[in-house]
Amino acid sequence: MSTEEKTEGAVSSRPVGPPTLDVDAIVNDPSIRIVVCCGAGGVGKTTTAAALALRAAEAGRRTVVLTIDPARRLAQSMGLTELDNAPRPVPDVDTSAGGELYAMMLDMKRTFDEVVLAHTDPAKAAEIFANPFYQAMSSTFAGTQEYMAMEKLSQLRATDRWDLIVVDTPPSRSALDFLDAPQHLAKFLDGRMLRLLLVPARTGGRSVLRLMTASFSLVGRAFTKVLGTELISDVSTFVSSLDSTFGGFRQRAERTYRVLQARETAFLLVAAPEPDAIREATYFAERLAADHMPLHGLVLNRVHEVAAPALSVERSLGAAESLDDDAATTAAVLRIHAALRRRVERERQVADRFAHAHPSVPLSAVPALAEDVHDLTGLRAVGAALADAH
Amino acid sequence: MTGKGGTGKTTVAGALALALAADGRRTLVVEVEGRQGLAQLFDTPPLPYQERRIAVAPGGGEVRALAVDVEEALLDYLDMFYRLGGAGRALQRLGAVDFATTIAPGLRDVLLTGKVKEAVTRTTRTGDRTRAYDAVVLDAPPTGRIARFLNVTAETAKLAKVGPIKTQSEGVSAILRSPMTAVHVVTLLEEMPVQETADAAAELAGLGLPVGAVIVNGTRPPLLSGRVTQAEIRRGLVAAGLPADRTTVAGLAAEAGAYRTRLALESRLRDELTGLGHLMLELPLLPDGIDLSGLYSLAASLTKQGVVAP
Repeated sequence: MSTEEKTEGAVSSRPVGPPTLDVDAIVNDPSIRIVVCCGAGGVGKTTTAAALALRAAEAGRRTVVLTIDPARRLAQSMGLTELDNAPRPVPDVDTSAGGELYAMMLDMKRTFDEVVLAHTDPAKAAEIFANPFYQAMSSTFAGTQEYMAMEKLSQLRATDRWDLIVVDTPPSRSALDFLDAPQHLAKFLDGRMLRLLLVPARTGGRSVLRLMTASFSLVGRAFTKVLGTELISDVSTFVSSLDSTFGGFRQRAERTYRVLQARETAFLLVAAPEPDAIREATYFAERLAADHMPLHGLVLNRVHEVAAPALSVERSLGAAESLDDDAATTAAVLRIHAALRRRVERERQVADRFAHAHPSVPLSAVPALAEDVHDLTGLRAVGAALADAH
Repeated sequence: MTGKGGTGKTTVAGALALALAADGRRTLVVEVEGRQGLAQLFDTPPLPYQERRIAVAPGGGEVRALAVDVEEALLDYLDMFYRLGGAGRALQRLGAVDFATTIAPGLRDVLLTGKVKEAVTRTTRTGDRTRAYDAVVLDAPPTGRIARFLNVTAETAKLAKVGPIKTQSEGVSAILRSPMTAVHVVTLLEEMPVQETADAAAELAGLGLPVGAVIVNGTRPPLLSGRVTQAEIRRGLVAAGLPADRTTVAGLAAEAGAYRTRLALESRLRDELTGLGHLMLELPLLPDGIDLSGLYSLAASLTKQGVVAP
């Protein structure tokens, strides 16, 4: 029976076709200076980023890992207890090969503040900070997190302090927002609406009444009616005082975008063998290709494996039934095996969808761990599993 | 319905909408993240910004679904409250809608939750002010963003101190903090989702948002209680006429060992969740993944655990 034969060979859910991803070749390649991990939320993306960074550091590279909102235990495993927006040395890393590991969590508000301070005089910065609109935007602006991750990346890269920067992308609703950040901002800045709002502030007025001239009167009235005059005036003041800064923002966002396309960057997709995660990874692979971003491979986390490949689901379940009375324990063990095997087959089918769509993307399958990572030892084990790809 | 990414939040939202629609009731399940997860779940074409019937509930009820689009919601809102149909379109052409929802994410959330409020409070024209829906299930953003999403007043208070946006957000906030609302958190018996469940429940409670049930998804009945020796496995395999070579015996023992480790962890995590003091519901792992019939079986499981529309 053909299905039987096929399943007899399936000991892991790793798809068969794709080439093997060699993560060591990536993290040890001196010409690669940025590794970006992306993928859906809840697939172990941050853990993967941290494990790769640790591996690079212990192989001798001066490494920093930029994480976004890591789970508490993972942060603790790297000795990160506070969110202070600056790289902190990770203790107990083996530095005998000459490398080091720093880790930081992105504080988007603080990053935004730093950018403002760097591009305006203190008086103007104070004015911007006091604006209620700035306060709202810097902490909740849709895309601020993505944009600030780009900003931080460009800051880290500019220092030449690091051989390798490993970036964990934000757990966005759509992970693609990360790539969209520069264009999003550019679109916003080029928007007609923004220019309209700039008019009154530039000419000294604080009201939006100037909006309501000629053909815009209807629109202006609608806008004012919905948002309220005070709000509009806040936005207007905010935008005009931030105008000079915005120019710099955009240039740097565009520069970072180009860096992401360059030879020095390696993108890694992170997924788990689950339909949503694989769908996201497939979409992302297409998007990276469309944006000419260098995709180096797929890390498939939480892949289950069967340790007793000789027994198929059907044989195990059949035997379990016949053993129920006399050998209940063995029957239970066989049922556990059958459930695991079924799971492996299902995962394999799901993972195959990606392999079929992107047959040339190298793949590293990481076995499922019984427990989450709690310390550097655990992180080291994940790194070893990543490198020991099969 | 919230939960960490990957816990099955959308699936559980769908199952709950089905369960609550049982026996001739009508529910609405709403999606706000533009992922078309509900259409996939119910195996229907992508949902428009329009309430569509997507399933018949057990005992003859009806589940409708709606995918809320922010821009459409804003235009809707302009039309409804300001009769600004034409101006609304003009705003859209100008990029103002994009602008407004981009620069003011609070506004975005006011619009999304506002649409939910509208559906919750809608009454049918005929009859004596009967509510259009017996229940509205919102497939909300994940645990990491849920508090900010539902705490609309705080967000908009920073932006609009007076005016219709403020009024609207206060209305939404009142409903969300009333006994009409329950925020359910979906989790798996895995460390990170459990941690996030605890964090989100505390954060929501701190904001005065009523936490409903903790819904443990993907549970499995324990198959094995005690230790098991390789000798025992070998004897059983021989008795059943199966291969009993060393690789197979050791392999099965290793699988059983990993299973027991997992079970012990799950039991510890279940205790942690119980300690949160919220109602706990459990949904079984469906061995063949989620399809439409699986969804109905999850709904039946919820009904069996006492889930009914008020």
